[in-house]
Amino acid sequence: MLHIFCPHCGEYREEEEFRCKGQAHIARPLDPEACSDEEWGHFMFFRQNTRGQHRELWVHSTGCRKHFNVIRNTVTYEIEKVYLVGTKPETEGAAS
Amino acid sequence: MSEVLEPKKASAAGTVASAEPVYALMDQRPADMSNAESPLSRFRWQVSSSGKNVGVVARELALLGHFILRGNVANADFVKGAAEVLGVELPGTLKSNAKGNLVVRWLAPDEWLITVPGEQAFAIESNLRKRLTGHYSLVNVSGGQTLLVLSGADAVNVLRKSCHYDVHDRNFPVGKVVGTTFAKAQCVIRRAGQQEWELVIRRSFADYLAAWIQDAAQEYGFAVK
Repeated sequence: MLHIFCPHCGEYREEEEFRCKGQAHIARPLDPEACSDEEWGHFMFFRQNTRGQHRELWVHSTGCRKHFNVIRNTVTYEIEKVYLVGTKPETEGAAS
Repeated sequence: MSEVLEPKKASAAGTVASAEPVYALMDQRPADMSNAESPLSRFRWQVSSSGKNVGVVARELALLGHFILRGNVANADFVKGAAEVLGVELPGTLKSNAKGNLVVRWLAPDEWLITVPGEQAFAIESNLRKRLTGHYSLVNVSGGQTLLVLSGADAVNVLRKSCHYDVHDRNFPVGKVVGTTFAKAQCVIRRAGQQEWELVIRRSFADYLAAWIQDAAQEYGFAVK
């Protein structure tokens, strides 16, 4: 089990309280009507399959029910950084 | 109903004519509560046989008024207004404030749960509506959840068996509130006293959690008030 720091509760909690919502920082096209099928398909379905640092969106689903981002290493499972939605700290070699 | 909820439309421009907020304010508690049933009122508790030591006592605080208040703590008027009406400050992270039977629990950075005796619910709701302005949300969720209090010397052992959160004194002092999983169900736990724990549980999980708790508490001696 992962021990995850919730930046809203300010505490480490068990993984059981959280849900991973997949890759973070996926920008929705500003004008979906103007997208080609390919562009929209990439936005909807195409995700990175990173080896190493991966930026993910998590939600503290049975706690404060707020979302936040983490940088997790997909090789070691180590969570290297937790940060709020709306920020994007630079990390060496981090996937976008 | 529809005329209450219908936003006031300006005749020409189609925009909201007045700056007055539109909300439906109604007393959701019937005048006659004789047939009222709480989520656990039909639950058939199996208590330990008499003569045994009682280590855990369960008690449902039924039919309270539950409100979810949401707003921005950076908005000084919202914080001040809520404190004026409730008589206690909105608590900070993982804390609760109580005044008599009124308890305010922190749920999230912009969200609090207010529980009051059922007969006071409408007055509190009306007063908050009168006092608060701007961007906030107040929702009556009384029908969706209930409060179950575990007390006794071994109540803490039932919690240890049921949830992974550290309930030791150094991590869980009196007055602290955490949202966590309890027996795999979502639950808001507040430590109301040294040996008293309040669980806010969902209506649809009430049966399951009550059954879980009575099973977990049998070995310590279980009673229901």
